[in-house]
Amino acid sequence: MRYLPLTEADRQSMLEAIRATSVEDLFRDVPKAARLAGPIGGLPNHMGELEVERLLGSMAAKNVPAGSVPSFLGAGAYRHHVPATVDHLVQRGEFLTAYTPYQPEVSQGTLQVLFEFQTQVALLTGMDVANASMYDGATSCAEAVMMANRVTRRKKAILSGGLHPHYRDVTTTDARFIGFEAVALPAAPTGGEDLLALVDDKTACVVVQNPDVFGHVRDYTDLAAACQAKGALLIVVVTEALSLGLLTPPGDMGADIVAAEGQSFGNALNFGGPYVGLFAVKEKYVRQMPGRLCGETVDADGRRGFVLTLSTREQHIRREKATSNICTNSGLCALAFSIHVSLLGEAGITQLAQLNHAKAVQMADKLAAVPGVEVLNDGFFNEFTVKLPKPAAAVVEELAKRRILGGVPVSRLYPGEMEDLLLVAVTETNTDADMDAFAAALSEVLA
Amino acid sequence: MSMNNQGRPSAIPAGAASFDGVTGTVTGNRGLQIEEPLIFEQDSAGRTGVDLPDVPKVASRLGAVKPRARVGLPGLAEPQVVRHYTRLSQKNYAIDSGFYPLGSCTMKHNPRLNEKMARLPGFSDVHPMQPVSTVQGALELMDQLAYWLKTLTGMAAVTLAPAAGAHGEMCGIMAIRSAHEAKGDSGRTKILVPESAHGTNPATAAACGYSVDAIPATADGRVDLEALKAKLGPDVAGLMLTNPNTCGLFERDIIAIAEAVHAAGAYFYCDGANFNAIVGRVRPADLGIDVMHINLHKTFSTPHGGGGPGSGPVVFAESLAPYIPVPYVTHGKDGFALVENAGEGPAFGRMKAFHGQMGMFVRALSYMLSHGADGLWQASGDAVLNANYVMARLEDVMTASFEGPCMHECLFDDRFLKGTGVTTLDMAKALIDEGFHPMTMYFPLVVHGALLIEPTETESKASLDQFVDALRALAERAKSGDVAYFQAAPRLTPRRRLDETAAARKPVLRWTPPVPAEALAAE
Repeated sequence: MRYLPLTEADRQSMLEAIRATSVEDLFRDVPKAARLAGPIGGLPNHMGELEVERLLGSMAAKNVPAGSVPSFLGAGAYRHHVPATVDHLVQRGEFLTAYTPYQPEVSQGTLQVLFEFQTQVALLTGMDVANASMYDGATSCAEAVMMANRVTRRKKAILSGGLHPHYRDVTTTDARFIGFEAVALPAAPTGGEDLLALVDDKTACVVVQNPDVFGHVRDYTDLAAACQAKGALLIVVVTEALSLGLLTPPGDMGADIVAAEGQSFGNALNFGGPYVGLFAVKEKYVRQMPGRLCGETVDADGRRGFVLTLSTREQHIRREKATSNICTNSGLCALAFSIHVSLLGEAGITQLAQLNHAKAVQMADKLAAVPGVEVLNDGFFNEFTVKLPKPAAAVVEELAKRRILGGVPVSRLYPGEMEDLLLVAVTETNTDADMDAFAAALSEVLA
Repeated sequence: MSMNNQGRPSAIPAGAASFDGVTGTVTGNRGLQIEEPLIFEQDSAGRTGVDLPDVPKVASRLGAVKPRARVGLPGLAEPQVVRHYTRLSQKNYAIDSGFYPLGSCTMKHNPRLNEKMARLPGFSDVHPMQPVSTVQGALELMDQLAYWLKTLTGMAAVTLAPAAGAHGEMCGIMAIRSAHEAKGDSGRTKILVPESAHGTNPATAAACGYSVDAIPATADGRVDLEALKAKLGPDVAGLMLTNPNTCGLFERDIIAIAEAVHAAGAYFYCDGANFNAIVGRVRPADLGIDVMHINLHKTFSTPHGGGGPGSGPVVFAESLAPYIPVPYVTHGKDGFALVENAGEGPAFGRMKAFHGQMGMFVRALSYMLSHGADGLWQASGDAVLNANYVMARLEDVMTASFEGPCMHECLFDDRFLKGTGVTTLDMAKALIDEGFHPMTMYFPLVVHGALLIEPTETESKASLDQFVDALRALAERAKSGDVAYFQAAPRLTPRRRLDETAAARKPVLRWTPPVPAEALAAE
């Protein structure tokens, strides 16, 4: 077996050193009835690289890669171009095969990356500080709500109908088991909900999304101030982090916590994971944050260095009193995010965000010209909702037969509801030809 | 002035006061160890590392929100970015570069085949919300992984949704609570957790609204069965137990433990962090376990990536099988289907935005297929053999906490350092100078000054011998009274001991732009 360096001679001499008769003898504490006599049944024996490649390659070939066809899917996961440099650097073994930087003297690489990542996230969101990442945007959202409960010592969250329903479900699942109230408003495809009316003296937070799940771009400045006046926090969720390159950031609107999905930078679609949850807060809440934090310090020679810090919040120290049970971050995905953002820089991120928006405007106009199709959004970033004269799920299947991935039917996110609505996302990866092909195919399918 | 063998002056020339006091070089660099400023300190306005197409000229439609003025990111060209991250990478210790015996973390070799497979566009470039007709291969892969995990554990069901081990624990405890609730049993408010448990166990139980009751250990490092029985009752929802446990020992009484837990109407959660010791040799279902998470990044070698992403599938016995979160794969009439909404069955809810850590699923299945049943048998055998070998070779100079055989890791405590003035931390730092990543320190909490060594099966005997020789020499040196040597370690790393107290007292968690000179002058 190519990954196992011990030879039979090694094993024999090691057994002698241990004074054991056999490897099986070392398992003598396992109840005999539970010890298998030999390799487990029902599974094949080992394979060489070539055979594994063939087998997994044949499975991969049964999928339609989004990049192989015109593709307009978003709803919390976006196909952006990832520069070649990103994947080259994340595959450096010193990043890929290291673990949590528990020994800072031999982990300054990972630690400086995390410090820079935290700074980038703080800058993008317009917040004071950010942590070293969470599992994904949805778990980040749920952790933000639990943090608001701790900060306010209240136990009720108001979830906007514009919040991605998967984020809502992760939060309400936690609410049920962890023991807080989550009031989820009905879906709001055209907006118009009065969140503030629901805020009372038991409300810990209001959770909104920008752009919301239907693509609407909103200004939450007034809502933030009004929530805070009632002693509640405003949590702003962002599922398309690239929008932060163009839109007024949540921090400037007065958000207390930002919970976001960072996949758009540096990370492939990967059928939904692994992604990278972003988590940023106002400075005064730092000690109530979940997750890892990297901080600056000096070493014994007085030189600048970095360490994991404020770990007294965390489970390995505080055990049942920890702020969260989270033990990992999304390290390598955060690294990919950070490298991509570094490559873009100020000029690149602005242009990329403008490019996405301009293309989405063009696509919206092309779709609006298709008979029977109506664009619901006044304002949007790179994703918007269209109303179709037929059920969107069936239309998407028809488009797939024509080798076009034409967006996400809203009914897939809200079973049995809003069957005529379709979410369409457009990024820099979509060409003019892609957009024309989509509009033409949609005309055909709807005809 | 001395001259080197080429006749050049080798002393520092007079008047050159700019040599770094620590390294003795002008730059502060030390050969291959190159100092690297923050990315923000390398900014030049307008510079970028990407070339993008021109933005089409259309009227903006942002609605209520104005475009932001500026983000504040630095501008660097591509070669600068490549050099920045390359230099940073060289300040990291990694499995690729050396022995990484971090106990309880299973730092084994990460095969590059797995990376290649995960990057096949058919897996990496697939959107989670594509029509299921276009992702049949992705669902087949998830189904295959589920089959392997169920076969290796003997369990009835599996969820792939949780993003990491601790997330899997959360999932398992939620399932246990759902099952009690389904029976109308609301009186169970406690989870029992041994003192030796990972910190995530009590944190998870507490997060799920349970009170945590600690079970003491026996003198031989196992759960005290009688103490456990005394605490079991109608108020106990479940037991969370790591097996093999965090002392590196197999819980000999595990079947009796399971029976006692079941007799009390509670469920048996196993923390599968240490599954690598028994994978392919022992099926957890045969031990009476009801639910267990599996860290794909440990046992099945998906890379640790500097702290994640992990992946924590959870396997369930028949009794808990209905209570899994969405989404999950089913076999439909037109191939594989995906159940995505909790309303469609007894699923307890949702844990993550999409379908789980697909990128990790591909890597883990690639690892499993490469090993096969015979390779996994050999791998767990070698993992246990390596740990016992390290233990046997160190026993006479260090103090093993418990009698062997151990499983995949061996535990020492600091009794051998008593009276020397050298601590577990000092030993760890001295090991760094020898070119090793230290073992896990001060965990588990049940012994004093713990040193937990997990070699894994992917280390050669030569590598273990070098490590053992270094550790033996350090133990002797500590006993000889050379405290100063240890307290000054590490000496040879890019940074020496870091002031963690200062970092926590006045946290600096981000770079901030320097205050412009004119603003300072105005103050």
